Amino acid sequence: MFTEVKKNSQIFQDSDKTYYPEDEVQVSNIVKELYDKNSPIELVGTNTKNFIGNKTQCAERLSLSKISGIVEYLPEELYIKVKGNTPLEIVEKELEKNNQELAFEIVDFGFIKDGKSSKGTVAGYLSCNFAGTRRFKVGSVRDHILGFRGVNGKGDIIKSGGTVVKNVTGYDLSKLITGAFGTLVAITEVTLKVLPKQKSCTTVVVYTEEKKLVNELFEKISSSSSDVSGAVFIPEEPKDEEYQYNKERVFKFNDLVSNKSFLAFRVEGDKVSINEKIKKLNQELELDKLSTTILDVHQSIPFWKKINSLELFNQTNNNLLRIVVPPSSSIKLIQNIENKFKYYIDWCGSLCWLEVPSTKNEKIKEIKKITQEIGGYLTIIKKSEKFDFEETVFTVNETRLLISEKIKKGFDPKRIFNPGKMYRGV
Amino acid sequence: MSELVLPKIDEATISKKEYIFKNLSKIINPENVLTHKDEIKPYETDALAAYTQTPLAVVMPENTSEVSNILKFCHKENVKVVPRGAGTGLSGGALPLNDAVLLSLGKFNKILEIDFENKCVVTQPGVTNLGITDAVKHKGFYYAPDPSSQLACSIGGNVAENSGGVHSLKYGTTTNNILGVEIVMMDGTICRVGGKTLDQEGYDLMGLICGSEGLLGVITEATVKILKNPQVVKAALIGFPTIEEGGNAASEIISSGIVPAGMEIMDKALIEATDNFSKAGYPRDAELLLIVELDGTVSEVDELLNQVSNICKKNNCSSLKLSKNEKERLSFWAGRKAAFPACGAMAPDYYCMDGSIPRGKLAEALLEIKNLSKKYNLPVANCFHAGDGNLHPLIMFDGSNKEELKRTEEFGAEILKTCVRLGGVITGEHGVGVEKRELMCEMFNDKDIQQQLDIKKSLDEKNLLNPGKVYPILRKCAEEGRVHVHRGEEKFPDLPRF
Repeated sequence: MFTEVKKNSQIFQDSDKTYYPEDEVQVSNIVKELYDKNSPIELVGTNTKNFIGNKTQCAERLSLSKISGIVEYLPEELYIKVKGNTPLEIVEKELEKNNQELAFEIVDFGFIKDGKSSKGTVAGYLSCNFAGTRRFKVGSVRDHILGFRGVNGKGDIIKSGGTVVKNVTGYDLSKLITGAFGTLVAITEVTLKVLPKQKSCTTVVVYTEEKKLVNELFEKISSSSSDVSGAVFIPEEPKDEEYQYNKERVFKFNDLVSNKSFLAFRVEGDKVSINEKIKKLNQELELDKLSTTILDVHQSIPFWKKINSLELFNQTNNNLLRIVVPPSSSIKLIQNIENKFKYYIDWCGSLCWLEVPSTKNEKIKEIKKITQEIGGYLTIIKKSEKFDFEETVFTVNETRLLISEKIKKGFDPKRIFNPGKMYRGV
Repeated sequence: MSELVLPKIDEATISKKEYIFKNLSKIINPENVLTHKDEIKPYETDALAAYTQTPLAVVMPENTSEVSNILKFCHKENVKVVPRGAGTGLSGGALPLNDAVLLSLGKFNKILEIDFENKCVVTQPGVTNLGITDAVKHKGFYYAPDPSSQLACSIGGNVAENSGGVHSLKYGTTTNNILGVEIVMMDGTICRVGGKTLDQEGYDLMGLICGSEGLLGVITEATVKILKNPQVVKAALIGFPTIEEGGNAASEIISSGIVPAGMEIMDKALIEATDNFSKAGYPRDAELLLIVELDGTVSEVDELLNQVSNICKKNNCSSLKLSKNEKERLSFWAGRKAAFPACGAMAPDYYCMDGSIPRGKLAEALLEIKNLSKKYNLPVANCFHAGDGNLHPLIMFDGSNKEELKRTEEFGAEILKTCVRLGGVITGEHGVGVEKRELMCEMFNDKDIQQQLDIKKSLDEKNLLNPGKVYPILRKCAEEGRVHVHRGEEKFPDLPRF
């Protein structure tokens, strides 16, 4: 399939200057040669999220896509060990057989990229550390990584962590490689913590345009002992027809009676406990005073799937921002930004997805400033093609940048892996 | 105890100690610089009391800027620094060095902000773990990680050690429950990571610092997540006639999809010891005792207790009691929490081990330990956080008998090696410190350890911050000591443990 143009460490390289090692040792051999040559390389998996982050200035690419497959799955031990580039769909299918799941929920970036599901690989996903809706209840991707194996920038095969949840043996490097965008280690194996799948779920929809009330409801939901596992606010604005039409199309559910502006929250468990929780939440949130409907399990599952697939921003050509702020500040954030942008708020108030059509750097800069002032950070997930921008993709201050450079040096002293993908100099 | 190898003393530091004292007294209030031998005596050890070292001086800064200036000065003058929280650590992570300044965070004892809106508490590191829960309990909230020493251990120490507790399976350890930290690097750089947001962007420095045992930075502030109390908490107390049946039941509970808030196991030796000591009413005929705690809504907990009961019956349990009220639930835990004093009453000394194993290997591990007990001719009692695989065997011995002490150490090392062989690790929650340093090579090869040392070097290039801890000095699997308690002379003998 690939045109062999040259051999390096006996590993085939295709015409696109991409290496395809088949195991950890081959990865190590390639990286050792690159290290000797001072030659940087772009690490890639299945290319589902490679549009996130800065462009790397590399002539060659190292695809880890062939390092794939389940190594060990012990449902009773609540972990699955997989080769780094195992597709997430395969992991999910395997877990499903034992009624288990990856509790953090996966954000499917395929829809914003090219309009269809494409979740990518385990290593690629953990390199981004973007958890889905359930984040505020169960933790992020980094909280579910028990251990890994990989190759550092010198070509050494290294490991950290293990398969047990309680482990304080040495530095927790699993946390460090999660969210590192492939700048520290070429990941070859990952052990993920898995949890029992929830038996059922129900979603309560509260129809309101009142932002102050939305803020109050988020606050009450996160103060409840009823274990709400998803809470999202979809606003009415912007009121342009095309967007409203798109919203109608995405959120087409029998029991979703209006797509104008609503807050939806999810309760999981068995049917009896779901009813019990909703009853309690009814009192805590004083829901009888509000207009509400219920999405049963058959509507609830696809509803949250659409939220986690960013379907409202399907194939967007605009800039898509991921903004994380203290949960009580998201409404403030929105009120400080002009009301003409498409957005929604997930994570019970902490995560805002915002689409900005601007072609000017100043707009993003201004939003970043507002975000930082309220104690949050902003990541530019997708850039408008027309947009020639100077603004950094990530939010970082000078001290953190300096420490990040040192950490990078500790793993990859010659900056072989994905140089500049996150920050200049890293 | 075996003789402990520590980093070579830097004579240059010793020779200029008056100069160092003088400068430290300029940086902070001179009253907070302790140099007299009587003043620094209490700081000679942490809760791994078997090892003592006299620090060069003890400094007690009162704010982050003072910490930064102290570190800047020590960095410039090549003086080692050992950070210390409440000193309750069990692996010698805060053991002083003769040529190092001991940096006590004891004066950082204030909660800075309670933010119920964002469900977090911003605190100084010297506040105790329980102090956080105490500050928010009036509104029905709590801080989830609950190491048994929570009454005395500080939150800064919890971050440094990534402390766990009995509820780790469901609620995670410290690393899963903090949102932000302020740290001071060895060169004095002050760095804030995270805050009140969920997650942080960029390299997860907070994840790296958490559990780094004071080797990478000094924690001067932490923002921790608080949770709402569950609606109902109930427990089951179940006896089994054999280790295998009890172990199988514990595994089956997890594999059936139940995530208990806590699940503890005790073996026969410990059942008898604790029942004698605390009159907990445990089933003394049982070979293995299981305590399962469940929380959630009323119907959820009742349904799960029902499932747990059925699994235990299927595995031939010999007794089964469900807590009818809060008083009874606490009585189920009374004996378990007295495990350590109970062992202290049975023998002049005991060693506590802290390995983690896959839950399914429980029966195998306990049987192996039983065989080792025969081989080394030393009695052992076992308790086990079965929910998260954390095993605490207690070897009983007489420390005044040198030959017996040596045998105990060999026995202990063999238990930890067994944990690794069964797919586990050498420390689940006590940390490596100086105690298990030389056993690191049981789990990691040279490349793995070198990677960790490279990170240390990149953040503390002169290796001045808490040197001699965690990473093997000898790079061989020496068989060093575990938690050694001699005639109740542990540093905090009254604290509940494990």
